[in-house]
Amino acid sequence: MTAVLDPPADPVVERRRAVQAAAASSLGRRKVASTVALGICWLFLAIAIIPLVAVIAYVIAKGLPAWNRDFFTHSTVPEGYPGGGVWNAIVGTAVITAVATAVAVPVGLTCGLFLAESDGRAAATLRFTADVMTGIPSIIVGIFGYIAIVRNFGGYSGFAGAFAIGFIMLPVITRAGETAFRGVPRSLNEAALALGARRSTVARKVVVPTALPGVITGVLLAVARGLGETAPLLLTIFGNQYLQWNPAKSMEALPILIYNYSNQPYADLVQVAWGAALLLMTVVLVLSIGSRVLAAYLRKERR
Amino acid sequence: MTDARSRIPHLEESLTVRAEQAIIEPPTGEVVMTLRDVAVAFSGRTAVRDVTFDVAAGEVTALIGPSGSGKTTLLRALNRMHDTVRTASVTGAIHLGDLDVYGPDTDATLLRSRVGMVFQRPNPFPTMSIYDNAVSGLRFNGVRKKALLDEAAESSLIAAALWDSVKDRLKAHGSTLSGGEQQRLCIARALAVEPEVLLMDEPTSALDPIATKRIEELVGELKDRVTIVIVTHNMQQAMRVSDRCAFLLMGDDKAGELIEFGPTAKVFSEPKDPRTLDYVNGRFG
Repeated sequence: MTAVLDPPADPVVERRRAVQAAAASSLGRRKVASTVALGICWLFLAIAIIPLVAVIAYVIAKGLPAWNRDFFTHSTVPEGYPGGGVWNAIVGTAVITAVATAVAVPVGLTCGLFLAESDGRAAATLRFTADVMTGIPSIIVGIFGYIAIVRNFGGYSGFAGAFAIGFIMLPVITRAGETAFRGVPRSLNEAALALGARRSTVARKVVVPTALPGVITGVLLAVARGLGETAPLLLTIFGNQYLQWNPAKSMEALPILIYNYSNQPYADLVQVAWGAALLLMTVVLVLSIGSRVLAAYLRKERR
Repeated sequence: MTDARSRIPHLEESLTVRAEQAIIEPPTGEVVMTLRDVAVAFSGRTAVRDVTFDVAAGEVTALIGPSGSGKTTLLRALNRMHDTVRTASVTGAIHLGDLDVYGPDTDATLLRSRVGMVFQRPNPFPTMSIYDNAVSGLRFNGVRKKALLDEAAESSLIAAALWDSVKDRLKAHGSTLSGGEQQRLCIARALAVEPEVLLMDEPTSALDPIATKRIEELVGELKDRVTIVIVTHNMQQAMRVSDRCAFLLMGDDKAGELIEFGPTAKVFSEPKDPRTLDYVNGRFG
């Protein structure tokens, strides 16, 4: 045992010295490189975060003065009239998003489950389709909604808007669902199969419950995405300055209201647009952050 | 190498206190690493604690104990692998020679070039050839000299009993090797850096019995070259390969603690603590 430790001329010891010398002499350079790389990371983080923070701060500063009780409880009034709010747009956005979610979630998650559980040609085609759908510019989706629904089914309506928004949400939910379902360990699948469970039972009792935190996150993010889409609504719901709960009629929506009011020459209408922008941004932020918090909570709960 | 024990006199005391509890017989020869009251916690929850023993130079020290007793956690504390886990904190003192492993001026990367590691599953770098895998550690550490790289590759592959089967295909990918060969490549990779201590975390748990046997033989042969600390849950393996044994056990609060430390033969035949006897005789765990 001491033979190793006896200098001189043990090749192992010599090499050890050489390696440690090389490591020590290159340490300075490696530390500089590491610091530079870290600095670049921070720089890009700042580049990404500063505009975000600036936008949030600016929208809060501009939009908060518009917020009062009437803003949330009254519908829009024409220029020159006092009071008024965006209640009609809140209702429209809520109804349209709810209808879109109600359709897109079951369809999207079923597709996601299929993609996760199947490797065939059909799955590959579906996955490719979903990816292409994600890339379609939203104004094209709006045109599609206009041609397919508005022209054929009685004109502008909340349903047409929900169709377009659902079209945007569908691939997002599909891919998020696939990722979540794929995250379920194969061994759990096999454990259930080995107990004599059918594949449908495995999916229902094991895969879906296990993947639930990821699924919920994906769905909420898709909802947040759908809430903010403007272009698909422009050509499908038309806008409505009165309160309308019926999605078969033309409706108002927050993004449409922001779009229409922000380029008006009247200060009080622009003010309403800022207030609506703040509201929309807040809801989207709450959904995005809330989905993460909820998923983290669900995962923790399980352990 | 310097004897860690004699360089740190204030630690002698702690060792004496501990000796009454858990240490049957401390090593008398040269010591490479010392652990004093080492504890590791994750997010404030202690995973292993109260670990005090010396790692003797040129020996194989085995960490044994049932699942959850903190063997791997303790092993990873020795080369600061827990640095990469934000929630982990290591307390107590670990010295490599007279280097304070967790000292404020100690560079973790330099430390790891002196304390190598082999993991449970063979993990050769998939994009690198056998040769590149073998010398990867040297390259990471800034060695550029071709002669030194070649020499280290050959020496470490010979030491890992892999040279004869791969010398004609050094440019082939590491993934073309069998599981056992891959693990020996990982051992060669760790050896090429010529660390003073090699940590092995259940290096045979993913291998078949024949590959396991070869790795075990290897461990015995490598003793002259490098001090080894090996985690194993296999009693027979600990008996076969180790000179000294640290037995850890999960306490009532789910934290692992050192129950017994001493020469392997003594730990297995005449342990101080009845729990050690029960465990090594296979009555639990």
